[in-house]
Amino acid sequence: MDDLLRALMPQVLAVLVRRGTDFAAAEDAVQDALIEAMRRWPEQIPDDPKAWLITVAGRKVIDAQRAEGARRRREQRMHGEPPPGPTEQQDDTLLLLSRCCHPALTPASAIALTLRAVGGLTTAQIATAFLVPEATMAQRISRAKRTISGEQFNRPGDVRAVLRVLYLIFNEGFTGEIDLAMEAIRLTRQLAAATRDPEVDGLLALMLLHHARRAARRSAAGELVPLAAQDRALWDTGMIAEGVRILQAALAADRIGEYQAQAAIAALHDDAPTVDETDWVQIVSWYDTLLTLTDSPVAALNRAVAVGECDGPVAGLAALGRVDSALPRWHAAAAYLHERSGDLHEAARLYAVAAAKASSELERDHLTRQAARLNSGAAAPPAQ
Amino acid sequence: MTKYLLLKHYRGDHDIAAEPLTPMDQWTPEEIGAHIQFMHDVADEFRALGEFVSAEGLSPEGTFVRYDGDGRPPVTDGPFAETKDLIAGWMIVDVDSEERAHEAAARLSAAPGPGGRPIKEWIEVRQFMAAPSTITD
Repeated sequence: MDDLLRALMPQVLAVLVRRGTDFAAAEDAVQDALIEAMRRWPEQIPDDPKAWLITVAGRKVIDAQRAEGARRRREQRMHGEPPPGPTEQQDDTLLLLSRCCHPALTPASAIALTLRAVGGLTTAQIATAFLVPEATMAQRISRAKRTISGEQFNRPGDVRAVLRVLYLIFNEGFTGEIDLAMEAIRLTRQLAAATRDPEVDGLLALMLLHHARRAARRSAAGELVPLAAQDRALWDTGMIAEGVRILQAALAADRIGEYQAQAAIAALHDDAPTVDETDWVQIVSWYDTLLTLTDSPVAALNRAVAVGECDGPVAGLAALGRVDSALPRWHAAAAYLHERSGDLHEAARLYAVAAAKASSELERDHLTRQAARLNSGAAAPPAQ
Repeated sequence: MTKYLLLKHYRGDHDIAAEPLTPMDQWTPEEIGAHIQFMHDVADEFRALGEFVSAEGLSPEGTFVRYDGDGRPPVTDGPFAETKDLIAGWMIVDVDSEERAHEAAARLSAAPGPGGRPIKEWIEVRQFMAAPSTITD
């Protein structure tokens, strides 16, 4: 019953919102309907659970409005309508997501609201996932709802804003009990089913192609394992195949975008049985494409590393020289390329610099180990 | 969505506030009450904004401890030397940007002292190390 409710709640919310109910009022009504369902359904689940929820939630909206003394006779007539048929589900996912990902919200607020209203996670679960107290997360979500309640919504919003939020959720990964990567994949699948946008498919493919490598990303001791060192037997070949299939269908639409390009690069990595068989030439080509679609300096940095694999470390370092050295992981990339070019002393120095700049302990420890590895084998540094 | 540690110091290697600060035991009880109330109010502000994670005060007494070898008891070195930096307490906030973390620290720094004037004490701001993001390549 819990799974059923969790799947239905966002759909019920979408119906109310599409009918014109204020977002915050709709969310409150849906929560009240949920409480009633949990009280009444264990005795007998209704024949049409979704219709039941919509009717009950609709009544809650009216009750709330009467309690406020508001004059909403037109909305009362709207909520007296019979429950919707299956065809009403088509646009709702994008409508709901684009409200939760409205540009007026900060990324943190959009993420929290999306996971709550569309993902159906409880406030406590989201709080745990982000390691904040439940009361803090509850406030964050409340404020987000208030922010968008004032906004005008005449049509489904910008898909790009939604994709950015879903991408951020995916990047959070697995924190304790809640697998945010899987949540992101689930929501993106929903969105892909509801839209005909190759960039949505591109993002879904990108997520699957990255998620497929998850088991190989950490050693048994919990250390970070970079792509080049991963045990590819641990990659999920089924998920890779699905990601490739979705990507190919997206590319066939001939409307290239940044998520499709990123997915293509991920697919090329996933396609190589060993790291030495990686098709770096094609990867560089896709980075060139990506850089026509976005001026992301991270893409330029990753391209420089790929150029290093393709044309040799000197070429890679030249490309890296055109990227802002203040970027996270710039020094790690420089260290890697210097090691490839044979300058072990400089590589060790740069790994140590990179370790000091790392923003996560896992990366810091990994980079420190690389510096130590080179230092233990390298010639002694010149006298100071 | 990054966590920052905001640290208050009882004393430190540098000036602890913009102007010389009299120790709290020389304030009036009302001034002390106002100072403490301010800290509670700021925590509530951050709670309402969805940014508060935790806050703790630390006793001004304590020691340094180290391992002394197999089977030997730990060695303690204390109480804290008069010249050493001493942390008074902290607040942890979860905010969208470093700028916002600095604003939060400045808010704490405005706590009232003698005469009700803002102390303008130096608050140390330290960013938490986060989990690495999934997509890096």
